[in-house]
Amino acid sequence: MSALTRTALGLGLAFLYAPILVLVAYSFNASALVTVWGGFSTRWYATLIADGPLIAAAWTSLKVALASAAIATGLGTLAALALERHGRFAGRGLFTGLVYAPMVMPEVITGLSLLLLFVGIGLDRGLFAIVVAHATFGTGFVAVIVAARLRGLDRSLEEAAADLGAAPARVFASVTLPLIAPSVAAGFLLAFTLSLDDLVIASFVAGPGATTLPMRLYSQVRLGVNPEINAASTLLLATAGVLVLTATWLTGRRTVA
Amino acid sequence: MADREGPLLRIEAAAKRFGAHAAVDGVSLDLAAGEFFCLLGPSGCGKSTLLRLVAGFESLDAGRILLEGEDLASLPPHRRPVNMMFQSYALFPHLSVAGNLAYGLKGLGLSRTEIAGRIEKLLGLVRLDGLGGRRPDTLSGGQRQRVALARALAREPKVLLLDEPLGALDRSLREETQGELRALQRRLGAAFVVVTHDPAEAMALADRIGVMEAGRLVQCGSAAALYERPASRYVAGLLGDVNLIPGCLGAVSDGLASVETALGPFRGRAPEVDLGEGAAVLLAVRPERIAPATAGEGLSATLVETTFLGERVRRSLRLPDGTLLRTSTPAGAAATGWPEPGGSLHLRWPPDAATILPA
Repeated sequence: MSALTRTALGLGLAFLYAPILVLVAYSFNASALVTVWGGFSTRWYATLIADGPLIAAAWTSLKVALASAAIATGLGTLAALALERHGRFAGRGLFTGLVYAPMVMPEVITGLSLLLLFVGIGLDRGLFAIVVAHATFGTGFVAVIVAARLRGLDRSLEEAAADLGAAPARVFASVTLPLIAPSVAAGFLLAFTLSLDDLVIASFVAGPGATTLPMRLYSQVRLGVNPEINAASTLLLATAGVLVLTATWLTGRRTVA
Repeated sequence: MADREGPLLRIEAAAKRFGAHAAVDGVSLDLAAGEFFCLLGPSGCGKSTLLRLVAGFESLDAGRILLEGEDLASLPPHRRPVNMMFQSYALFPHLSVAGNLAYGLKGLGLSRTEIAGRIEKLLGLVRLDGLGGRRPDTLSGGQRQRVALARALAREPKVLLLDEPLGALDRSLREETQGELRALQRRLGAAFVVVTHDPAEAMALADRIGVMEAGRLVQCGSAAALYERPASRYVAGLLGDVNLIPGCLGAVSDGLASVETALGPFRGRAPEVDLGEGAAVLLAVRPERIAPATAGEGLSATLVETTFLGERVRRSLRLPDGTLLRTSTPAGAAATGWPEPGGSLHLRWPPDAATILPA
């Protein structure tokens, strides 16, 4: 690596991660002033745990993430199977587009359209609405990950299972599913992380009853940044980081066993 | 049971298209119980597709496939009493060797001890005793090949389909395994259908060989019949080296026909189909059937080159019109009658050693 590329890489990484590092560093700041370093302390983490509304928001986020990731994993896996294992059915191209579209759709548009839909069908805004909204875009991510795995899976494994007398349901349960399980798990973790991090879509469909952690943090920041926010953000960041790394590691594995 | 008089497996005018490409184009074939049959042809000739049609992984566009007189069309792959050994082996990577072998035994109504006993027998059959607990990816290529074979035999199929079963083995192991496969088939008495692109393998294994070309079954018979009496230039060249001399078909009598060539008249075995006098034909002569003759009889030629190939000696000879002929003689045989390179001699072959093929 030449000196030039090394410098370029350093600048690029600094551009991407310097703000995050600053945030993490200041979460351990003893001073109550965000911009003045007053020595190392974990006091803001203690404050955080005692902050009832913030903890309640974190619980809401966890519940939403678990439920929506579970739904997204089920639907996304089915979508991937339809795309990769059912030949060239009529409307396959359209279906592919429809599954993948929510991933690239601007969140504001997804949020607004879901809000209009929920109002239209009379679904109350709240926890359930956020779960449905998050499951919608999570499905696309799960489908992409699982479909990639299915494409790489030797078709003759499933044919061999059928040849040995297994009906389609047994082929899926005993051969296909164990072999795609790492990707299904990775898809679940990614959907979970995306749900945990989402602010925009949740803001549209949450209503007054349900506040997720990112929504809570955002509303607090509007009243002024304090080190407690930094601490909460650092925890959220760490959780998301661990989940994404686990998902990446799972995607590279051949089997679950 | 369906009628026991007819063939075990009957394929009637089977056809399968993929888009505009006719993968299998009107193939008819009867397979007897206990027969070792080989489908031979280059890649893309439709032999694997034919196998997959029998296994049920592809559906017929036209024709029928009958097993013991019963039409298989309505049976999905998991209900067909045939099994397949895949070219890639398709061993389940998340199951042990024993787990792979047990897969097909579940659902047959066997008890756990019966299944365990069957697995032991299968492991013994393919000489893998004691390896039941291993994962497929810890086995050698030859061992995985034998697991795949044992797994395909677990349900005791009436017909075992084998797609290039020895294709992934190296050469020395392949020859050894050919003998084992053959012995195993004899012992089990099941009908085997092997797909291969290797003529030597087909000849070493099969009771009967079916040669496929562009989706059609062009000739069917024993290795000796196909070698000695090929019906086309394609089959003649596929099974071994052959000298081809172009000419014009003359009168046919007693199964022999005369052929008028630039080198003079020859006699050879008449073609199976009536081509009509005057048709353009090829006289096909295997190199090992050509021998030196005494001066005055046969064809005069000049020896161009002698190549020692170990068990055989190959000679290249030029005829007066410039045509090159190849001969092949056992290395141990006396070299009498053969001159040094550059020398001239006369050549002959018995009329029934020459086959007349459509040009």
